[in-house]
Amino acid sequence: MYAFDFERPSTIAEAVAALQDEDAQALGGGQTLIPTLKQRLASPSKLVSLSGIAEMKGVSIEGGVLTIGGGATHAEVAADACAPLAALAANIGDPAVRNRGTIGGSLANNDPSADYPAAMLALGATIITNTREIAADDFFQGMFTTALEEGEIITSVRIDVPPGGANYQKFEQPASRFALVGVFVARTANGVRVGVTGASEDGAYRWSEAEEALNKEFREDALMDLRPNPAIMIEDLHGSREYRAHLVRVLTKRAVAAIG
Amino acid sequence: MPKDHGIGASPKRREDVRFLTGAGNYTDDINVNGQAYVHFLRSDVAHAKINGIDTSAAEAMPGVVRIFTGADFEGVGGMPCGWGVTDRHGEPMQEPPHPILAQGKVRHVGDPIAAVIADTYEQARDAAEAIEVDLDDLPAVVDMKAALADGATKVHDDLTSNLCYDWVLGETDDAAVQAAFDSAAHVTTLELVNQRLVANPMEPRVAVGDYNRGTDEHTLYTTSQNPHVIRLLMCAFVLGLPEHKVRVVAPDVGGGFGTKIFHYAEEAFVTFAAKAINRPVKWTASRSEAFMSDAQGRDHVTRIELALDASNNFTALRTNTLANMGAYLSTFSSSVPTWLHGTLMAGNYKTPTIQVNVKAVFTNTVPVDAYRGAGRPEATFQIERVIDKAARELGVDPVALRRQNFITEFPYDTPVALTYDTGDYHGTMDKLEAAADFAGFAARRAASEAKGKLRGLGVNCYIEACGIAPSNIVGMLGARAGLYDAATVRVNATGSISVMVGAHSHGQGHETAFPQVVADMIGIDESMIEIVHGDTSKIPFGMGTYGSRSLAVCGSAMVKATEKVIAKAKKIAAHLLEASDADIELKDGVFSVAGTDKSVAWGDVTLTAYVPHNFPLEEVEPGLEETAFYDPANFTFPAGAYACEVEVDPETGKVTIERFAAADDFGNIINPMIVDGQVHGGIGQGIGQALLENCVYDADGQLMTGSYMDYAMPRADDVPFYTVDHSSQTPCTHNPLGVKGCGEAGAIGSPPAVVNAVIDALQSGGKNVDHIDMPVSPSRVWSAMNA
Amino acid sequence: MTQVSMTVNGKSASGTVEGRTLLSQFLRDQLGLTGTHVGCDTSQCGACVVHVNGEAVKACTMLALEADGAEVGTIEGQANADGSLNVIQQAFQDHHGLQCGFCTPGMVMSAAALLKDNPTPTEAEIRDYLEGNICRCTGYHNIVKAIMAASGQDVSGIAAE
Repeated sequence: MYAFDFERPSTIAEAVAALQDEDAQALGGGQTLIPTLKQRLASPSKLVSLSGIAEMKGVSIEGGVLTIGGGATHAEVAADACAPLAALAANIGDPAVRNRGTIGGSLANNDPSADYPAAMLALGATIITNTREIAADDFFQGMFTTALEEGEIITSVRIDVPPGGANYQKFEQPASRFALVGVFVARTANGVRVGVTGASEDGAYRWSEAEEALNKEFREDALMDLRPNPAIMIEDLHGSREYRAHLVRVLTKRAVAAIG
Repeated sequence: MPKDHGIGASPKRREDVRFLTGAGNYTDDINVNGQAYVHFLRSDVAHAKINGIDTSAAEAMPGVVRIFTGADFEGVGGMPCGWGVTDRHGEPMQEPPHPILAQGKVRHVGDPIAAVIADTYEQARDAAEAIEVDLDDLPAVVDMKAALADGATKVHDDLTSNLCYDWVLGETDDAAVQAAFDSAAHVTTLELVNQRLVANPMEPRVAVGDYNRGTDEHTLYTTSQNPHVIRLLMCAFVLGLPEHKVRVVAPDVGGGFGTKIFHYAEEAFVTFAAKAINRPVKWTASRSEAFMSDAQGRDHVTRIELALDASNNFTALRTNTLANMGAYLSTFSSSVPTWLHGTLMAGNYKTPTIQVNVKAVFTNTVPVDAYRGAGRPEATFQIERVIDKAARELGVDPVALRRQNFITEFPYDTPVALTYDTGDYHGTMDKLEAAADFAGFAARRAASEAKGKLRGLGVNCYIEACGIAPSNIVGMLGARAGLYDAATVRVNATGSISVMVGAHSHGQGHETAFPQVVADMIGIDESMIEIVHGDTSKIPFGMGTYGSRSLAVCGSAMVKATEKVIAKAKKIAAHLLEASDADIELKDGVFSVAGTDKSVAWGDVTLTAYVPHNFPLEEVEPGLEETAFYDPANFTFPAGAYACEVEVDPETGKVTIERFAAADDFGNIINPMIVDGQVHGGIGQGIGQALLENCVYDADGQLMTGSYMDYAMPRADDVPFYTVDHSSQTPCTHNPLGVKGCGEAGAIGSPPAVVNAVIDALQSGGKNVDHIDMPVSPSRVWSAMNA
Repeated sequence: MTQVSMTVNGKSASGTVEGRTLLSQFLRDQLGLTGTHVGCDTSQCGACVVHVNGEAVKACTMLALEADGAEVGTIEGQANADGSLNVIQQAFQDHHGLQCGFCTPGMVMSAAALLKDNPTPTEAEIRDYLEGNICRCTGYHNIVKAIMAASGQDVSGIAAE
């Protein structure tokens, strides 16, 4: 790692101030950032740890609204979020990673194979920062790219618990155990939403054809004639474009079946 | 009743206590006062000409002690290859130089260009970034067939081509082989890949060099399976140091699996540099660095043909293999595709005509050398896959086809240069059929199908040549080392014993198992015996641990040394008992005169040896310490039969291992618990090869699988509990313990069982798939099903 | 350089570290607690697992300064007060749950964290929980068996010969 200064503020305001320095970077749980730093692929002048900020912690459900602090760990989400999201969080990385990694850190990184982005899209989540609220549909802007400005911190995430249920199906890349493809299907108050991660060159996306079909008829067979377009898919050692496109459909079907 | 002590018992491992409490002493735990740290600047391209290296800016960086480049090693020996292979025309293999730091060219991603020594590791790394290397990129040679094409770019400009050797074993008359195929009733042909693997012991390599100016002595602490071999190679071939001035210590070592056999440039470098800068130098590999600097394994591409007569007897076998050497010849690289692979192509079967053709090829990739099994898994996979394919083509039961062709009479001279001393392949298969519950498979398949899954049962046999190796034979075959081993049994005055062994334990449990043997021979408690290993200053000599050789070779040396100790102790006892030493019996740690009640205890004899007041000084010397070297008369031939049951998800292609059973014949067994564990671990690695692991380079020679993010290591949820049976025992006929070795069996025997099971599952589902290359990943299975 | 203080295995420990100093480096290099091992650089192998405020974390993927004020537990603090092996350690020895010993500290620390939350895990739960701990020696058979045994389950029927 290159040398950097370190600060661990206890309020969001202090963190925002600390991030004003040139090349300062926020540190969530560090489960992606620290390995990146070890490879010397990033050289922040300063890391501002968000782990000491009490107002960014906690997971709560009130009146059908789930609120997750940006500093909540995957383990905390797994313990306290609504069932489908809890199940997703319980399968991110491994237990030790889940005890450190945070939802805010994961969303800000927007790894194209991360689990949360699919869920945020499908659940129509609102990403709340120190300055504004961003709809999930506007937040994810392609691989490792988000709507966040320099120094902007994800303070919490707000989700309307889907009344019709939701389910996440993940097919793991055998080495990293990230999603080779992951599909989150939610029956929200505004209809069915399908979020897909791991598959596309452009990062997580909504599969609108499937949403349309499932809004007409919420059953597996509704997907029978749909074929995701392989041209937009990632191709790598672990799977071809065609295979990923196939998995998108299979996993969507399985999620629909699981919701019932 | 299981035994509770001595040979055949399973005492808890004594080494575990330190490992379980964080008190192990691994090489990275060793820090020498005043040490500096070295970071190697490694090539990030696969092939390039080095025009120049400018270290001036880097040398001015904070903390930098000194920077070395290839120019500093002009006239210093390179890394040697320990086995000269003679090709089919009687010519020596092409053997390029392998400098400690790259000279003239870089030849693989990871090839070290410069070594930066600084006060801290991070300073060394900072300075390495300031080194300016002027490189002219050259085309990378990656694919083996392309490497052998006319006009291919040469990895080594001074060689005539990228062909290291073109080797043949068995029937050298091509026409005779072809005649056997021409007269066959059926020929089965298969093209397959034994993919490149990375050994990945969990402890990355570490080397610490220390130099004592006062005594002119070097000490190298290193993560090695064979410290004496490192000392010998480094002193004799690389640095030209006198061996008596060099001590090599391999303390607790966190797994080896072959890749810690070899002498590596980093070891020679820290030894050299510690004297040059007069300061200890430490190098600790990161895992990322390990992926591009540890010798890798396998990487064979083979076409195999099996001929059968009208009664389904095997009549001929022919193989053509390309074996990847990587960019340089690692220590034992040349022996793996030849004498450790071709000689095993008879398998467990009486095939009268066998021809094995191997071309070894240089490419711009990390060097390839022995990895658990080393040549034998490659051989087994070919034989057992082609037999399975033949059985399916002929519509016969794969197990019955194997049984029909088993070798049943021993000793058996194979057409590929080995003499199997003993075995019972039907008996072992019988054990497997019970352990794997073949009878219940149909019901289990029906249950899987009811869930929408395909279920398959795969079976295979294996044989391996272990207990490596008779020095005179391997010498004739090109080995540049002897492969005996040594032990010193030092009896202390109070009767406790230190046994200094040349074998090195890096997970095998020698500290527990070896004392069981000595304790049994003398009749004393195992706790009185301690094993000393891993330090050239403490042990007589030793060729180390690999090739499932420790007990068969070093254990035999230990038995011989113990026999010498007992013989001498009997003379002392005879003197004390005023009897003839021919009449002295040793039982349960007591010497007695046959037919009398006169006796003297072990401890009284050992005390007398060191306090020789009443002692037969004319007959024997005081003291009680004996050394023996043991050179085996033959290889040992562990063999077995393995069965795997898989479920395949036909929608995604995902394979899950539902059951795995192994029946092995290891001859006599000293510690069944440890043997079980060795088999479990080998199976885990074999399943890794079959389903998960793959070391991949792109067309430019970039390593695509340079971390655990892309190189899939088997995890706990990738594997089931295994059923292991080693009650089929035909003791080795030529070593005193009758042992054969068990360290590699699991890795050798398991990959074909897994792949055979997947094919069985797919065919049961009506899929016309007769082979899938490893790793049988979900995407490959899906592609095969939908081809 | 910054002062950092924490409680390690019940004793207060402090030192001066850089921002980039990892908890694993602080434990190994400054406190001499070399039982915490480093087997990879991508946060996957788990040889470095320790407990921070009672939870399993990868010490190679946490900055030492992030542990300021924390209660840290390492393999060196796991044995019983009289120095004997604790239940999990003993089960690993009894069932041959280790070979080279390099992954073992992380395995024991992960097993302890699992059993704290799930006192009698099933085989599948154990295998799932160990996703972040790689062992190259044992094929996991005896590790899973040892953890089941440590949780008081009868393992005599596993893979009977």
